[in-house]
Amino acid sequence: MLDKTTEELLGIVSDWTGKFNGAYNIRSNGQCAGRQSSENILIENKEGAPGLVIRIKPGTKGETVYIPACVTQGGIDDLVYNDFYVGEGADVIIVAGCGVHTSDGHDVRHNGIHRFILDKGAKVLYKEKHIGTGAGSGAKRIDPVTEIEQGEDSYLEMDTIQIGGVDSTYRKTSGKLGKGAKLVIKERIMTDKDQRAQTDFAVELNGEDSGADIVSRSVAKGNSYQEYHSKISGNARCTGHSECDAILADNGKVNAAPELYAGDLDASLIHEAAIGKIAGEQIIKLRTLGLTEEEAERKIIDGFLRG
Amino acid sequence: MLKIENLSWSLGTGESILKNVSLEIPDGKLTVITGPNGGGKTSLAKLIAGLETPESGSILLDGEDITGWDITTRARSGIGYAFQQPVRFKGLNVRDLLELSAQKPLEDREICEVLGKVGLCANEYIDRTIDASLSGGEAKRIEIATVLAKKDAKVLVFDEPEAGIDLWSFSNLIEAFERLKATENKSLLIISHQERILGISDYIAVIADGEVTKFGTKDEILGGLLGDEKAERCPLGKDAN
Repeated sequence: MLDKTTEELLGIVSDWTGKFNGAYNIRSNGQCAGRQSSENILIENKEGAPGLVIRIKPGTKGETVYIPACVTQGGIDDLVYNDFYVGEGADVIIVAGCGVHTSDGHDVRHNGIHRFILDKGAKVLYKEKHIGTGAGSGAKRIDPVTEIEQGEDSYLEMDTIQIGGVDSTYRKTSGKLGKGAKLVIKERIMTDKDQRAQTDFAVELNGEDSGADIVSRSVAKGNSYQEYHSKISGNARCTGHSECDAILADNGKVNAAPELYAGDLDASLIHEAAIGKIAGEQIIKLRTLGLTEEEAERKIIDGFLRG
Repeated sequence: MLKIENLSWSLGTGESILKNVSLEIPDGKLTVITGPNGGGKTSLAKLIAGLETPESGSILLDGEDITGWDITTRARSGIGYAFQQPVRFKGLNVRDLLELSAQKPLEDREICEVLGKVGLCANEYIDRTIDASLSGGEAKRIEIATVLAKKDAKVLVFDEPEAGIDLWSFSNLIEAFERLKATENKSLLIISHQERILGISDYIAVIADGEVTKFGTKDEILGGLLGDEKAERCPLGKDAN
């Protein structure tokens, strides 16, 4: 039986409507609160560590597996290791949101360490939403670690968003790509008040014709601070693109430090970065359509983080 | 009716841009403001939309003094404004802006109708982000569409709508203005140098050096304007026969 807060968080981070169709595992306050495997997606406990092993059979098409986690009691520091093995030619969606809540003055933390191993030709859309809720002085932390190994001609798209309310996050993502593999990462982070966010990407393009496209969009409001580090290493004929766009509001601060390493003559790597406040003309344009200044700012930020 | 009375405005440097400008923009008619570059046309358009605040004078909409109203209030009262230089957004798409302008969710069919007026093949553009991926002409046409989609519009101001638009799309735009004029009781105020736009106008105002130097019906003004232009092209003693 899930408590009301967990159900609300599940709704936000994983589109929970009282049930999931297909394979799922719900983690609540460090425990399994529900699990179901499907014919093609097998979910088992990981041996020797808290967490799961998710095995997706070769050729599985059109299925979604839900692996959300919620921490709703102050004082819990939840650590979990989830390994995803995606079989050859599979084409699936993985939804793995996380919500942390505290209102009793104690800190909460979720630290999800996810490993993705994609076999030849596998295709995965990975969706991850993070949110912190609750009042009081207890800090809400989410520190995800993602390790990726992509086989030949595999494709992984990571669509991640930190909606808000997380006091501190340190996001580490690393990937090693084989021949013809493609990695697309769309990260969006919103921070406010005194929140802190750090995100590190390290991608190695090891196979011929591999490619990575990393786009990070962030909004730093209040007194919040964000750091963005990315390193794309092109070790073969490959293409790499990273883009860091940030909007500053109030007294927000952003430090973006991109790095490109070309270890092959045919590596083609690009980085773009833009940090600044919302352009005044954007606000004015939306005001000429009838929005107030505050509505215009909200619309611009929502669109920026959505896109 | 939009009425401008003794409007004056200067740059921050003190340079006077508009000097005691008075003008009446009739309801349901297409009025073109034309004149030499730097004469104050765009400044007047910005003052009407509330982007700038006059030093003196007043702006009346249907008899109500709106001079002190901000941009949002003017927009909600029926004043639309198409920028000369389109604004770009990372993340907002064409649907977003058109729905904001219409103040309601729009069906694809309705979006297509508006985009068609500015010569855009709608399905390709509905979800396009209004960012640097659009060409100047595409962005300009979308900018105009955001004003054409406006809900409860009374006065629509277009600042040089022809700029950056190809000939074919421009023809569509002319037709859209003519249709708007014929079917809806909106006042259209267009800042333009373009002969074809002058040709579909009901009234023409000429602003030069910050003052209204001529105002009247198209028939009263246009002939003289084109004559002036020809005179400029063929200065004395260099008649080309």
